[in-house]
Amino acid sequence: MTSGDQLLIATPEGICFSLKLAGPMVRLLAWLIDFLIVMASSLLIGLAFGVFGLLSPDVASAMGIVSLFVLQVGYGIGMEWSRQGQTFGKRAMGIRVVDASGLRLQLHQVVMRNLLRFVDSLPLFYLVGGIAMLLNRSLQRLGDLAANTVVVRVDRAPAPDLEQLFAGKFNSLRKHPHLVARLRQKVSAVEAATALQALLRRGELEDGPRVELFRELGEHFRAKVEFPPDTVEGIADEQYVRNVVDVLYRTTDQLGKRPARGVEPADQLPVGTTIL
Amino acid sequence: MIIDIEKFIRQERPFWTELERMVGRFDGASRKAPTFDEAQRLHYLYERTAADLGRLTTFASEPELTRYLESLMAKAYAELHETRTTTARWKLIGWFFQTFPQTVRRNIGALWLSIGITIVGALFGGAAVALDPDAKPVLMPFPHLLQDPAKRVAEEEQSRGTQMDGAKTGFSAELMTHNTKVSILTMSLGMAWAVGSVVLLFYNGVILGAVIVDYVLAGQTKFLAGWLLPHGSVEIPAILLAGQAGLMLGSAVIGWRDRRGLRSRLRALAPDLVTLIGGVAVMLVWAGIIEAFFSQYHEPVLPYAVKIAFGLVQLVLLSVFLWRGGRKTSSPEAVE
Repeated sequence: MTSGDQLLIATPEGICFSLKLAGPMVRLLAWLIDFLIVMASSLLIGLAFGVFGLLSPDVASAMGIVSLFVLQVGYGIGMEWSRQGQTFGKRAMGIRVVDASGLRLQLHQVVMRNLLRFVDSLPLFYLVGGIAMLLNRSLQRLGDLAANTVVVRVDRAPAPDLEQLFAGKFNSLRKHPHLVARLRQKVSAVEAATALQALLRRGELEDGPRVELFRELGEHFRAKVEFPPDTVEGIADEQYVRNVVDVLYRTTDQLGKRPARGVEPADQLPVGTTIL
Repeated sequence: MIIDIEKFIRQERPFWTELERMVGRFDGASRKAPTFDEAQRLHYLYERTAADLGRLTTFASEPELTRYLESLMAKAYAELHETRTTTARWKLIGWFFQTFPQTVRRNIGALWLSIGITIVGALFGGAAVALDPDAKPVLMPFPHLLQDPAKRVAEEEQSRGTQMDGAKTGFSAELMTHNTKVSILTMSLGMAWAVGSVVLLFYNGVILGAVIVDYVLAGQTKFLAGWLLPHGSVEIPAILLAGQAGLMLGSAVIGWRDRRGLRSRLRALAPDLVTLIGGVAVMLVWAGIIEAFFSQYHEPVLPYAVKIAFGLVQLVLLSVFLWRGGRKTSSPEAVE
């Protein structure tokens, strides 16, 4: 199933995960890189057999023709099969070919999608394939459609570095545990994540919009729970949001040295045990 | 309620790392199969990560971490839920001598249609040349076929097979690669509701019919049979099989009398198509060798009777191979 630019896959375990589809431009750039690699390799092959041609022009010519054919047809097949759906171009652009149902890529799928390049590349510069991609919700060219494959982005997102944000900082809100508890109760997961993302990405924002964003976020959280004036007085909006995120994401147990009550060692937790 | 994200990551990360390492090992180029214990551990880690992802998406909104876990789940899911045969046991000999003919027979209707379209094209081309000899340049875009057949026969018999000296290997390679490209195109054009495949089959038939009638009318039937049969008895069936693949692909795209969705139809068909085009490529390599090193020799170097007999025997053997090959194997296996 496709939703926006994502391929959604529902597992029998009731979990739904998504794969971000690679757009036409990224795929075009990947293809250009591969094209240059194939061209450069063709030149090298031509040179090599040119030298060999001094000994036997006929055999050198035959070997050159066959090698170029194998290179042109086999590059994509060999690379995608041996490198988990990635050619050098795809690897450089952070994309890979996967089965459209989320299963393991099969040899016949790799062969099929690469052989159908003959049609996708017609009449020039992948016009047929490009039009097919634009008409298809999963951004599949004809080769992908026939092979039941899609090209997705390879995202490796690191976990948020909470230590960097909060470690060793004084948080005046913690002086009022009952209010903190009420705040944790009233704030939804989405609101908390929005505030966390704003802090993590503050460096990407211009000064003006950043001040405005944290002013709005500060007002939003102040309206949830009212802390005593002496606690929040003189605190900038951004610092207030930082303190709110700190109390939302980190429990008092973690701030102290003692271990969280009732939490078993991780390797003893059975699957499905909540650690909330 | 907010999940305690930091504690959550600290507790679960070792399991995610272990799963990532395990999946990477089995998904590598070697495609090493896991042992029973490894498979059990993999399953446990997969379920645990699935539970983590479920918890994360239910109780917290963490786009970055969710993406990481989704990516991990995607790899593990592909590893665990894949039930199709792996390529580890795939053997070239068994595939060519058993799977390939089985696949041809399993889709014999498309092959008959492919032959029919070519015959119609041949009849059209033959009639066109018989009724309008001036149409030859349009119907046969190959310079060596445009000259008077009797003149060509005289020239080639006089050269005693030396006309290709020093270029036979290159010529053979050119034939192999060109014909394989044409075959791939014939199959691939099946994606256009088979219209492209039909056009290419018909066009090939037109050229074939035009050449046959041209040489027969010129009284050069024996030369034609001696020249065409040795390589044509493999090359022409190869193109017909590529046409068969194209028609099968077109039929799957159209989905006539098939209630499955397009994806399901194409998914089921892909292994057969790859098997067919792979078999066609092998046939065309053989045809290229024969055309360059055998078909170019004529009388008095090589009697036409020998060449015709060679071609006919080859045609019979190919027919028997496609008709009987792999019949004893109980479970046909396409390229997976």
